[in-house]
Amino acid sequence: MKRVTLFVGHYGSGKSNLAVNYALMLRSCGKPAALADMDIVNPYFRSADSARELEDAGVRVIALPFANTNVDLPALPSAIYGLVESRSEYAVLDVGGDDRGALALGRFVPYILEENDYEVLYVVNFYRPLTGNANDALEVMREIETAAGIRCTGIVNDSNLGGETAPSDIEATVPLARELAALSGLPLVFTAYDARLPRPDVPGPFPLTLQRRPV
Amino acid sequence: MGNKVLMKGNEAIAEAAIRSGCRHYLGYPITPQTELAAYMAKRMPKIGGVFLQAESEIAAINMVYGVAATGRRVMTSSSSPGISLKQEGISYIAGSDLPCLIVNVQRGGPGLGGIQPSQSDYFQATKGGGHGDYHLIVVAPSSVQEMAQLTGLAFDLAEKYRMPAMLLADGTVGQMMEPVELPDEKDVEFTEKDWAVTGTKMQRPHHIVNSLYLVPDELERKNFERFERYRRIQETEARYESFLMDDAEICVVAFGIAARVSKNAVLAARAEGLKVGMIRPITLWPFPSQALKEAADRVKGFVSVELSMGQMIEDIKLAISCRKPVELVNRAGGMIMSPDEVLAGIRKMNGGDNQ
Repeated sequence: MKRVTLFVGHYGSGKSNLAVNYALMLRSCGKPAALADMDIVNPYFRSADSARELEDAGVRVIALPFANTNVDLPALPSAIYGLVESRSEYAVLDVGGDDRGALALGRFVPYILEENDYEVLYVVNFYRPLTGNANDALEVMREIETAAGIRCTGIVNDSNLGGETAPSDIEATVPLARELAALSGLPLVFTAYDARLPRPDVPGPFPLTLQRRPV
Repeated sequence: MGNKVLMKGNEAIAEAAIRSGCRHYLGYPITPQTELAAYMAKRMPKIGGVFLQAESEIAAINMVYGVAATGRRVMTSSSSPGISLKQEGISYIAGSDLPCLIVNVQRGGPGLGGIQPSQSDYFQATKGGGHGDYHLIVVAPSSVQEMAQLTGLAFDLAEKYRMPAMLLADGTVGQMMEPVELPDEKDVEFTEKDWAVTGTKMQRPHHIVNSLYLVPDELERKNFERFERYRRIQETEARYESFLMDDAEICVVAFGIAARVSKNAVLAARAEGLKVGMIRPITLWPFPSQALKEAADRVKGFVSVELSMGQMIEDIKLAISCRKPVELVNRAGGMIMSPDEVLAGIRKMNGGDNQ
């Protein structure tokens, strides 16, 4: 387990949800953990929506200072510098979608690279139309890496059809995830699934307790 | 893997538009519809289509006017303040009898308002919006699946009746993700229209696209012709979903995201033994007036559920000639009512308390 874990990916691929669940997992392993919501792109669904549940579990939450307020300013909190520089706790960074969202990561990358104890996990849902196959998913990954100034180190398969997902839907995407791993030369780190489903037959199954949705 | 994909409502509109043969998207970004433009920016160059981010909403709608004049399928999208900017162009397109699709993923207003979901552009969408006598065909999806279906329908109706169509969504349906079965790709081969401006090649008389008629009786004739067409649309194209209306004594009327909330309230009311049903307009213009008129013979009252200060309620009252009471359940400014709030409105209409 690296000290800093970044979740990047196409928007709507499930990064926030994974970041929340990953931070909770760190806490359940007894690690001091903090989660930073770095999504400056999407004002509707964000990891900070789960702030209360996270804080109850002992995860420190760093939210955007002006999110869900009257100030329409996509500013990042200075506390994120503390998180990457102080090295005192495990850090989970929920990065915004696509290359646009990943751009915000750039200013923190020198600190992350210098410490060199990080993972950049590329989250992919093969049921999303613009990442429906390994080649398209790789293209989005490269765009994100270029914008962020950091290379991905692993792949998380988060393929799902929302509330209609069956375990077989997830299993059907394993060949695509393997193909993406082969094309990119990166390991398939885990495969996420809704904890309410029976455990699918996939590499590295990782159960997700889903975030509550606003509507 | 099956045929379904997981999409945001905004993306579903974009992909469905492409599959309906649209190869021209002209727009300007605004929350909460930006994913639509972003999707088009990625997809259009790969399929030989045009994505263009104009310098403003006003420029975008006038580019739509230009493409529409050639008879090609064309669209723009925005959210409430941006749609206000487009109104002059929309009036010109309506006055020139051209088809196109305008998508409004509504947010709270008036003014710059907010970025959370709203339905407060109902009047603007259904009563004209710009100057002059005209209507848009207005469809109102309440799921991501319907975002895709109604996009195709709106294009087809716009072309059939040579008039602009609007897909009136809200920030929630635009942003939420649901599994979708996308429509099949339509044959996009261009069929020559007998009115389109495509160059005469010196082989036919000029086609003229214009909304300026300085001779008043000619302009009057144009208006009469257009309204004769509107009358036919009102008679034949109104669409709605009827939910548990067979024995209903109270009729909830709601569209879009408000209808999803209301459906839960109707089921909760049924569980309490109240005979409640719902009519969900799918087309807001033409409004399903006939269905409501018939319901008014059977029910004791209506409950209009809207994310506005009460706009559709006026069309309900007109449709039923004010023969029955109509209760309003509403939130505004980006807030969404809970099923309990709708249930309270239903109980109140039933003659109970408002708890």
